[in-house]
Amino acid sequence: MTGKVITVTSGKGGVGKTTATANIGAALADFGHKVVCIDGDIGLRNLDVVLGLENRIVYDLVDVVEGRCRLRQAMIRDKRMPELYLIPAAQTRDKSAISPSDMVRLCEELRPEYDFIIIDSPAGIERGFRNAIAPADVVVVITNPEVSAVRDADRIIGLVEAEEKGPAQLVINRIKQDMVRRGEMLTVDDVLELLAVKLVGLVPDDENVVVSTNRGVPVVLDGRSKAGQAFRNIARRLNGEQVPFMNMQEEDGFFGRLARLIRPGGN
Amino acid sequence: MSDFITRLFGREPKSASQAKERLKMVLVHDRTDLSPGILEALKDDLIEVISRHVEVDPGAVRIEMTQDGREQRLVADIPLRSARRRRMG
Repeated sequence: MTGKVITVTSGKGGVGKTTATANIGAALADFGHKVVCIDGDIGLRNLDVVLGLENRIVYDLVDVVEGRCRLRQAMIRDKRMPELYLIPAAQTRDKSAISPSDMVRLCEELRPEYDFIIIDSPAGIERGFRNAIAPADVVVVITNPEVSAVRDADRIIGLVEAEEKGPAQLVINRIKQDMVRRGEMLTVDDVLELLAVKLVGLVPDDENVVVSTNRGVPVVLDGRSKAGQAFRNIARRLNGEQVPFMNMQEEDGFFGRLARLIRPGGN
Repeated sequence: MSDFITRLFGREPKSASQAKERLKMVLVHDRTDLSPGILEALKDDLIEVISRHVEVDPGAVRIEMTQDGREQRLVADIPLRSARRRRMG
């Protein structure tokens, strides 16, 4: 068995990298795979709180790399899942504590025993980003349908290609269907035309993401959440399955349809 | 259809289409490191070189970046004064 290393990155901060990492990891684990999530954002750790594992941290990524503990000791098992582990980032150090070759070595150690190793990259294009993509087999770029996020995604896609880790795969997160309909938000097709990259997921804007993060329970475990469903689909595609993309134009209920009748101009 | 209605009521273009147009320009320049200023200088140089051999219409020369997937292409349209033939490069 050789595990696949998937790095989740974005360029711009705040587009949903950590949420995506947690949910893709949780979904793959829920499907029965052995999964390790690594928080690559040293100094600004967050994957622990999104996964709800913040109270169980003893050792972190830097402790492993600097030999203060064994790899196993830094891996926190998520008890809600059969095989989901987190390697948290250090909170009191900075990105220079780790090198790209440290990350490659760490992943080589994990690959024989786990199906997926998912790395949450920090925002930016500096050391932390280089660390996160160094061991990657697949790079997933998260963006939002907004000018700054799309521009930064384009930069990142170019850098991923330059590092010969491409072609990157794109997730468009926080799509506000109502705004798209009114012509006030870039459509999926607009973003794909601009970035000219392979699509791996479309995630609608969904309040349940905030609620589930408040609780520390990944939204993929909420069967009714649309975003949860979208992340499950992404996990399936990353596992090699063919899953049709969600239609981002429908599902607005009675009042949405009524509003559209009264207010033409959208499609 | 929505474009038609927009025109009918004479409203401002929707912000999504403005975002797309602005991004198109920004991405081309981000990807190539060619600013509009450099492109203009390149155009002047091209006109100068080509004018040594054949007469062109400097005011009608167009040079622009186009996108083909993730590849960028520099396209020059240089109408000649004497001939009917158009398009070079």
